Amino acid sequence: MTVETISSILSGPGDGGAGGHPTRRRRRRSGTLIAGAVIVGIVLLAAAFAPLVATHDPIVQDLTAGLQPPSAAHWLGTDQLGRDIWSRIVYAARTDLRVGVLAVATPAVLGIALGLLAGYFGGWTDRIASYLVDTNLAFPFYVIVLAMVTLLGTGEGAIYLTFALVAWVNYTRVVGVVTAGFARENWVLAARGGGLGHVRVMVRHVLPNALPQIVVLVVNDIVFVILAVVTLSYLGLGIQPPTPDWGGMISDGQAFLTSRPWISLAPGAALFVTAVGFSLLADGIADVLRDER
Amino acid sequence: MGWVKQVGLLVLRAALVAGGVVLATFVLLQLVPGDVATSLLGSRATPEAVAELRQQLGLDLPWYARFGTFVTDLFTGGGESLVNGVPVGELISARAGVTLGIVALAVLFAVVISTALAVVAAANHDRWADQVVRLISTSTLAIPAFLVGMLLILLFGVQLRWFPVGGNTDGIRSLVLPSLTAALAIVPVLTRSLRVQLLEVAGGDFVAAARSAGFSNARVTFAYLLPNAAIPALTLVGLNVAYLVGGTFVVEKVFAIPGLGALMFDSISARDVPVIQGIVVYTAILVVVVNLVTDALVRLIDPRRRTRGSRRTARRDAAGAAGRGTTAGAAEMRSGVSA
Repeated sequence: MTVETISSILSGPGDGGAGGHPTRRRRRRSGTLIAGAVIVGIVLLAAAFAPLVATHDPIVQDLTAGLQPPSAAHWLGTDQLGRDIWSRIVYAARTDLRVGVLAVATPAVLGIALGLLAGYFGGWTDRIASYLVDTNLAFPFYVIVLAMVTLLGTGEGAIYLTFALVAWVNYTRVVGVVTAGFARENWVLAARGGGLGHVRVMVRHVLPNALPQIVVLVVNDIVFVILAVVTLSYLGLGIQPPTPDWGGMISDGQAFLTSRPWISLAPGAALFVTAVGFSLLADGIADVLRDER
Repeated sequence: MGWVKQVGLLVLRAALVAGGVVLATFVLLQLVPGDVATSLLGSRATPEAVAELRQQLGLDLPWYARFGTFVTDLFTGGGESLVNGVPVGELISARAGVTLGIVALAVLFAVVISTALAVVAAANHDRWADQVVRLISTSTLAIPAFLVGMLLILLFGVQLRWFPVGGNTDGIRSLVLPSLTAALAIVPVLTRSLRVQLLEVAGGDFVAAARSAGFSNARVTFAYLLPNAAIPALTLVGLNVAYLVGGTFVVEKVFAIPGLGALMFDSISARDVPVIQGIVVYTAILVVVVNLVTDALVRLIDPRRRTRGSRRTARRDAAGAAGRGTTAGAAEMRSGVSA
C-alpha cells in the first residue's frame, strides 16, 4: 500500500525539495522513525510476553462478572462473558500481529519475483505482468477477499491463501519500476557482460538495490493487512472465537456501544496505536532513505 | 494520436481486462476445496442427493462446458440463486441502486475533503499545517472503516441525532454517514497523492511567473493550482473506485443497509455460490468500466494529451501517461490503497 510514498521517494519533487529548514526537517524525520519504532517495539514486546503482561486468562469466562466497568481488578473492565478486556487485548495483539505479518510474507515474495521479471526483461514480460496487475486490480479488494475467504473455508489458512492470491500487486508494481530503472544501468550490464546468468544478476545484484523500497512497502502493507484481517474478524470471517482478536472484540462490544463504549473502543484504540506505529515506522524509514539520496 | 484512436485502444485494453476478470473468477471457483454440492448439503447427505445437486449445478460436466455456461450466464444475467431460485441478475440489480448511491456520494465527499486537505498542506509546505494534514492522514489510515462507521454513528447518530443510526428508510439522509465512512477510507491516499501533485505544479514556471506578477496566494491557489489538480484527482478517483466499492460492502454491514453488501453477506452465510460469483464478476466489470470512462475523460480534458505533437510525445502519452501501459506507468499513478 501507499505506493505514493514510494513514488515520492523515486521521483517526488514534492518532498525533500525546496522549503523548510533542512536541520529542523531532519530532526522531525528521525523523530517519526523513533516514534514508530518505539510504538511498534512496545506492541511487539507486549505480544511476545502476553502471559506476563496480561492479568487474567483471555478465554476463561466468568458470567457472574460480566460487563464490569474499568476497575483495579479489571483495568479495562470485562466483556459480556466476564472476560478481562485488557488481557484479551494483549493476547489479541499476538494473534493479529502474527496473522498480519504471515499474511504479508507470501504475496510479498510472489509480487517481488514477478516485479523483478517484469522490470528486468521488460517488453512482453512487462506487458504480461501489467495485464495480470490490471486484472487483479479490477476486483474490488473487499469483495474478492470476502468471496475467497468464504469459499476457501474461513480461518487462518483461508486468510493466508487469499492474501497470497490477492495482495501481491503493489510489490510487482513497485519492484517493476525500480528494477526497470536499474536494468539499463552500467553495473547491471557489466554483471551480465561478466558472464553472470539472468537469475544471479536479478537476485544477487538488482534485488539488494531494490530492498529499501521493498522494506517501506512491507511495513506499510503490514498496517493494511492487519486492518483487513481485523475487518474480516469483525465480520465473523477471520479469526474465529474464542481466540481473542481485536476485530471480534469490537464486534462483541457493538451492542453495548452507547452504554459501555469501552468494550469496543479499548480494542479499537489498541488497533489504532499499532497501525499508527507501523505507519510512522514506514514513513520514518522512507524519510531516512530520501535524505540519504 | 487523436482522442478517438486513444480511446479505441483504451476500450480494447478494458475488454481484455474484463475477459481476464471472467477467466480469473472461473479459475478461482475451481480452486475451492472439496465439492460445492457436498459442502452445501453437509457431510451427512446421501450420495444420491449429492449427485442430483451436482447435476443440477452442472458440476458433472467437463470444465470447458462449465466455462461455456458460466460465460453465457454472465451475459444473460442468469444463473440462479441456490437459496430461492431467483436469477442472479435480478437479485443484484434490485440491490445495486443503494450501493451505487453510497459509492457516488462517497466519491463526492472524498474529492472535496482530500482536495481541501491537500491544498492546505501544499500551500503550507513543511510548516505546521502540513504536519497536521499528515497527522490526519496517518490517523485516518489507522482506523478500519467499520470502526470509523461506529464512531460516526456514536457522534452524529446517537449524540447529535443529525442522521439516522442505520437502515435506509430516510432517503439521502440515511446515506450520508455511510458515504462519509466509505470516503474516509480513501481520503488519506488521495490527500497524499494530490499534495505531491500540487507541490509539483507549484514548482512550475507558470506559478513562479504568476507569483512574480504579484498575484496573491489565494489567487495563485484557486486560479492556477486547483485547476491543475483536477486531472490527477479524476485519475486518482478512477483508480480508487475498486477499493471504494469493496469498502462500501463492509460499511453497509455496519449501518445495516440492504444493498449489494448485505446480499453478499446473506449469500456468504448460505454459501450461495452463484450469487457470490455474480457479485464478484459484475462489480469487477463495473470497476473496469469506471476506469475506462475516467481514462477517456482525462484524455479529453487534459490539453497536454490532446495535442498532436511529435511522434515521440505521442508514444510517451500512450504508454506512460495512460498509467496502464506499463507497470511503471501504473505504479506512478495508482495510489496507495492496495488493490
